[in-house]
Amino acid sequence: MAYAKDLTQVRALIASHKRWDMIFALCGMLALMIGVLTFVALFLDMALDGAGRLSWDFFTNFPSRRPGEAGILSAWVGSTLVMLTTAFFAVPLGVAAGVYLEEYAAKNWVTDVIEINITNLAGVPSIVYGLLALGLFVYQFGFGQSILSAGLTLALLILPVVIVATREAIRSIPQAIREGSYAVGATQWQTVRYHILPYSSAGILTGVIIGMARAIGETAPVITIGALTFIAFLPPAPVTAEPPFVSFEWLLSPFSVMPIQMFNWTSRPEAAFHANAAAAGFVLVIMTLAMNGLAIWLRYRLRRNIKW
Amino acid sequence: MSAVPRPTTLMGNALQSERLARRRSRVIRERLIELVLFLAALVSVFTTVGIVYVLVKESVVFFEQVPIRDFLTDTQWTPLFDDAHFGIMVLLSGTLTSSLVALAIAIPLGTVIAIYLSEFAHFKVREVAKPFLELLGGVPTIVYGYFALLFITPLLQRIYPELPGFNLLAAGIVMGIMIIPYVSSISEDAMRAVPMSLREGSYAQGATRFQTATRVVVPAAFSGIASAYILGISRAVGETMILAVSAGMQPNLTFNPLEPAATITAYIVQVALGDLPHGSIGYQTIFAAGLTLMLFTLACNIAGHMLRKSFREAY
Repeated sequence: MAYAKDLTQVRALIASHKRWDMIFALCGMLALMIGVLTFVALFLDMALDGAGRLSWDFFTNFPSRRPGEAGILSAWVGSTLVMLTTAFFAVPLGVAAGVYLEEYAAKNWVTDVIEINITNLAGVPSIVYGLLALGLFVYQFGFGQSILSAGLTLALLILPVVIVATREAIRSIPQAIREGSYAVGATQWQTVRYHILPYSSAGILTGVIIGMARAIGETAPVITIGALTFIAFLPPAPVTAEPPFVSFEWLLSPFSVMPIQMFNWTSRPEAAFHANAAAAGFVLVIMTLAMNGLAIWLRYRLRRNIKW
Repeated sequence: MSAVPRPTTLMGNALQSERLARRRSRVIRERLIELVLFLAALVSVFTTVGIVYVLVKESVVFFEQVPIRDFLTDTQWTPLFDDAHFGIMVLLSGTLTSSLVALAIAIPLGTVIAIYLSEFAHFKVREVAKPFLELLGGVPTIVYGYFALLFITPLLQRIYPELPGFNLLAAGIVMGIMIIPYVSSISEDAMRAVPMSLREGSYAQGATRFQTATRVVVPAAFSGIASAYILGISRAVGETMILAVSAGMQPNLTFNPLEPAATITAYIVQVALGDLPHGSIGYQTIFAAGLTLMLFTLACNIAGHMLRKSFREAY
């Protein structure tokens, strides 16, 4: 009798423990669903509110006091130019720093300091980069509230992302590759140039895309350096009719970027401007989603294709 | 045997010195390249030095005019008025309140998602969910700000009609959802790094998945989970656009999330949007506010480092 009672008790215990498993799995799915639903709500909200404003004119019009005529021409041109500047500085610097830390750096305190710095910089709030840029680039170096200042700021901001991605990509290359290269008489730089960089390029590219996707949506640091919210002109064209055909005047031109344009429209009280904000937000979300999606896809392919 | 003509000594010398010269130039080039790469790596150090230099330089000027005691104890923040008060507490209260709301959402949900994905979910679910969460973390914060102001706030107003249009609650909730991916992905990585043998030992004793997860895996991965929380905290404290858009820019000493209040970051944005002359006291306040923010996140990072050290389990 006692045995049977024990057995039912044990069974009850097992059943209750299994129930807890079920409950937790449900909680997990629910938590995940909250994330998914928020994302879907956000996306649909943008799409529905902004759908009426999305047209060709929206991309080719300057911002205007009349919400129906306002567009994002100066914003997307500004974003493109700022992104070009950012990539120009962040990619070479980040890749070089990553290569140094993985392939060259000795194990000493200097390396430790650099590594700790990179980890800490990744946790610094983005608005603090804005303050750095305001004090240093805008006033100390005299770049003014220009595309150059913004590009440099965002380059510093995404540098840790590029460095970490570069290091991870390089770390996954087996030692045998390096040894093979040295064995045929290559120098360290030749090894890096002809083996390490080509083999890690896809991984580096993934990091660069993720970094750029972050930079394109960053608002706070760009506002802090004093980007204008209302710009009804374009920066000077980078290509000119007279020799030398290339002009870098645009680097020092005032500008606006997509997130700032959106911020400006969002903070206005009139609902008509909110529709503009939604449309700009929709474009912005699509752009960052496309970039992040590309990075995720690249990483997925990378993991499947490379077998050392 | 002497069919092979030996090179004359003169030629041999020339050949050798040419080789040496080439070798020397190659060594020099290698050194130069290493130097350039090293300088690139040093940029991160310069960035930190630059941040500290700019913040401290402007703050020193600020604190020459405003005593630190007033800065820390004054209960009003009106730096741009004639009767100027500089009580950072006012802005800190907004930052703390919104961060607490955000963490109250991000930490439980992020942890549950991490445990679920690491211990419960099917491999395929994880493969889909992880990139999806990444996308959620990649949405620009200004878009979240719009969402908080024009979607979540009206939604909350249906439940609680007295809620003002600008409030810390909606901003905090959206911020929390934005932080979930950071918390969950780092916690999950930490849990997945726990060796399988520990789980197998637990299962062998008859523990269920839930028991294994909460009593074996989570304690073993605690240092990693703690650093995920710390990262979440510093994200919440440093978040700017969501708050600037949807929590209002009115300084307000309050710990009630139902009220509008400016945070440190929102104040910096507000000043930057205006047209303050370089070198004025208003211009310097944003650096003092930034320094406060920086010290706050630094304290978080140090706390996280210590937590990691004292809870680290080595396998």
